[in-house]
Amino acid sequence: MADSEQKSLQNRRQFLGNMLKTVCGVGLFGVGLGMYANRASSLPAQTIRPPGALPEEEFLGACIRCGLCVRDCPYDILFLGKLGEEVATGTPYFIARTGPCEMCEDIPCVAACPTNALDHELTEIEDSRMGLAVVVDQEACIAFHGLRCEVCFNICPIRGRAITLDLQHNARSGKHALFIPVVHSAACTGCGLCERACILEEAAIKVFPTHLAKGELGKHYRLGWEEKERAGEALVTPDAEHRYNLPEGVRYDLQGEGLIIEEKAEKTPFSSNPLDTLNNSLLDEQ
Amino acid sequence: MLDRSKLGREAVRVKGWLGAHKWLLLRRLSQLGILALFLVGPWFGLWIVKGNLAASMTLDVLPLTDPHVLLQSMLSGVTPQNSAIIGVVLVLVFYFLVGGRVYCSWVCPVNMITDLAAWLRRKLGIRATSQISRNTRYWMLGLTLVLPLVTGSIVWELVNPVSMTFRGIVFGVGAAWVILLGVFLFDLLVAKDGWCGHICPVGAFYGLVGKKSLLKVNAANRQACDDCNECFVICPEPHVIRPALKGAKRGTGPVILSSDCTNCGRCIDICGKHVFGYGGRHAAETRTETHEGMVNRGVRV
Repeated sequence: MADSEQKSLQNRRQFLGNMLKTVCGVGLFGVGLGMYANRASSLPAQTIRPPGALPEEEFLGACIRCGLCVRDCPYDILFLGKLGEEVATGTPYFIARTGPCEMCEDIPCVAACPTNALDHELTEIEDSRMGLAVVVDQEACIAFHGLRCEVCFNICPIRGRAITLDLQHNARSGKHALFIPVVHSAACTGCGLCERACILEEAAIKVFPTHLAKGELGKHYRLGWEEKERAGEALVTPDAEHRYNLPEGVRYDLQGEGLIIEEKAEKTPFSSNPLDTLNNSLLDEQ
Repeated sequence: MLDRSKLGREAVRVKGWLGAHKWLLLRRLSQLGILALFLVGPWFGLWIVKGNLAASMTLDVLPLTDPHVLLQSMLSGVTPQNSAIIGVVLVLVFYFLVGGRVYCSWVCPVNMITDLAAWLRRKLGIRATSQISRNTRYWMLGLTLVLPLVTGSIVWELVNPVSMTFRGIVFGVGAAWVILLGVFLFDLLVAKDGWCGHICPVGAFYGLVGKKSLLKVNAANRQACDDCNECFVICPEPHVIRPALKGAKRGTGPVILSSDCTNCGRCIDICGKHVFGYGGRHAAETRTETHEGMVNRGVRV
């Protein structure tokens, strides 16, 4: 009796011991895996997610790594991350320099996604934000040297809105203009067509995941002129109108024509008759 | 005593080589055929099935989704599309009917690697095996479901050898072969049937799906058993056999009811006495409740 009791106690001990071992092993594995996942969750700078991809953190929870988006991309630009690559294993991405998104109107990659990792709310490709183009190297971009290029501006599928040309004075020649490409995040989808089209050996305009490319103003900042426009009036006490201490008949138009002389025509110092001028100066001396 | 070098000879003598490898060959055909369906698209432009085992689309109409991976993504907070839900229902119904772990033995590509390791083990006479509990897989399954809750990310899919192998073959392998080599060496040198039989949470999940599945292997002809033990040696989950094969005296039915059984049919192939066969689950239960059976179990009638 006592013997069998002892035996069952021993068995129970062994059972609990074994279970503890298993649980500890699995737990350790889990901690390691969690840490690895944490490290693997940062998206490398040159891997761009397909259109409609949720923010990276949510994306890694939503994407089941099935590759249906890869298959339904008519331009075959998408890849699935492989073990050993920096991008999370099995998740889709494209490389703008070699294969940018061609911005299909029907967005087949999103339609193929079974889990909403590519958000099915996205119906207009122009609303997608895959990343953001940045003119990363002003030294290499030939527009900054005063050469006409504008390839990125012209290839842009949202031409004239995502990239505009800012005309600046060419100080080197003194008489020409610089046609500087400027990217606007309000319109840029991050498709990467500009990066592929860049004529340089290494592109001077590159698409990065938005969180890497975009700065952010402190939340408390307000741009006075925008607030004023929104409110329809100045939000602070308006400045008293500036009084210019000018002679009679002269006024100053701020941010307009500048100095305005309102003298009557006959009072101009120079009349059509040169003798009048001479006579006037004689009169002044008296 | 069983002579391991002569494993399967009796079956080959009785049934011929083809007969003694029938289910094994059919399984390989199934495993490779499924892979081929996914590969003729990228290789030859013939798009029958797109995607991989996580989610696929057959002929642009039939969606199939892996319930384990979709569950993980839902636990991390995603709402799946209807196609994914339809796909999961189809998969669950299928495996409920044919047995959950049919996934392991008839679909999963890792099975070919672990079977190779088991075969080498037998050929090389490697007996060493470490004491890992077969329940480890359920803890692992729990882990794969807890991690998305905690991290909001499908962490298991970063290293899952099952999806990685299939995706690797269909989409490009990368360094995934390292993990597969690890699984192979683990099975060969560390633990017999170590990966599939002890650790793999995917198999554990499908085992639970098929807890009450209808298609089962049975030892209907168990009175013919001559105790050669070959089925126990060849079976990747040998503990499932005994209750069915040796349970006549205790009144246990001849059907292998454990959901650990992968329905691989190796026991059917290896047996020279035609003891095993496929059959329904229900037939077994009625047979269990025969008069003799109840008497043998000690039930007062």
